[in-house]
Amino acid sequence: MPGLLRIIIPAGALVASAVLVWLAWLQPYLAEQDVLKLGHGDYSLIGTDGQPFTAARLQGAPSAVFFGFTHCPEVCPTTLGDIAVWQDELGDAASDLRVFFVTVDPERDTTEMLGDYVGWVPGVVGVTGDAAEIRAAEKAFRIYSRKIPLSDGEYTMDHSALVLLFDDNGRFVEPIGYQEDLDRALAKLRRLLS
Amino acid sequence: MKNLMKFAALLMFLGAPAMADDKMSMMQEVTVGPLTLSDGFAHATLPNQPVAGGFVTITNTGEAADTLIAVQSDLAGVMQIHEMAMQDDTMVMRELDGGLIVPAGETVTLEPGGLHLMFMQLNGPLIDGEDVTVTVTFQDAGDVELTLPVRKKMHGGHGMSHDGDS
Ligand SMILES: [Cu+2]
Repeated sequence: MPGLLRIIIPAGALVASAVLVWLAWLQPYLAEQDVLKLGHGDYSLIGTDGQPFTAARLQGAPSAVFFGFTHCPEVCPTTLGDIAVWQDELGDAASDLRVFFVTVDPERDTTEMLGDYVGWVPGVVGVTGDAAEIRAAEKAFRIYSRKIPLSDGEYTMDHSALVLLFDDNGRFVEPIGYQEDLDRALAKLRRLLS
Repeated sequence: MKNLMKFAALLMFLGAPAMADDKMSMMQEVTVGPLTLSDGFAHATLPNQPVAGGFVTITNTGEAADTLIAVQSDLAGVMQIHEMAMQDDTMVMRELDGGLIVPAGETVTLEPGGLHLMFMQLNGPLIDGEDVTVTVTFQDAGDVELTLPVRKKMHGGHGMSHDGDS
């Protein structure tokens, strides 16, 4: 028995230290790798500006990407209004920033519908496409969405409400949270655009 | 022309909200049975926004609970009673299937970010400064008409920062 314990204890210690290494180093490392992949992947959508929207579109200039839908009661209009305020506050510095509003509701959000909806905020491009391609984009950006049936034949969409910021190499930098403090949001944008 | 329209649209959001407090029109308080409805308003729609939210505070001074079971407006093909919430970074919204209970002696507040009257299938825009009439129906107290002033939303995080730290 003592012989067996002599094996079990070091074996246990080995497992424990392996777990510690995983938690302390490997897991955050892998998570970071995943974060760097945000927005990358195979999806092919269309913008209200007539240009395709694929992972390649994130290259070349900094972007802010938000997922939402036109039948959204509160979060999407608020975020669009916030984006208009950011642009106003940033002035010329914002001219480099591209803003994409990707629908989680391709069933209702046609290009026309989206174009009219985002059109009043300068430079915001609405993005839609086939449902399967939208799902692929959600996966690439790690966006959660779910269709929720309502009465009267209506439905709504639960969805992630972060504005995701990408640098001019198409690399994810950081998110701006829903109704994040204006000064903090502007600081993030100024960092991105500097 | 298009740019001019965009500019005008932007002004809807950036225009002088500092004056909103003193100029903000309030809903005429109404009572129905033991219920008092006050501080109602609706959010102005964005250009081409097909839905909108309405809000009101309901106080029940009676001895028994009542339930808000329906709401309607000429401006909306469908109106429902909803609750929305942010769960972590996700927006979730649900219909209150059995209506909204207002317990005896209590006040229930419908406000942005939470409980709301949801305007759907809008026939037209809700315009800042105008009114929208809705009829709400309580199980016991019955119908009552509300005239909700339409107000634009505040933007840029917690209110506007254009006036410094006001
Ligand atoms: Cu709603």
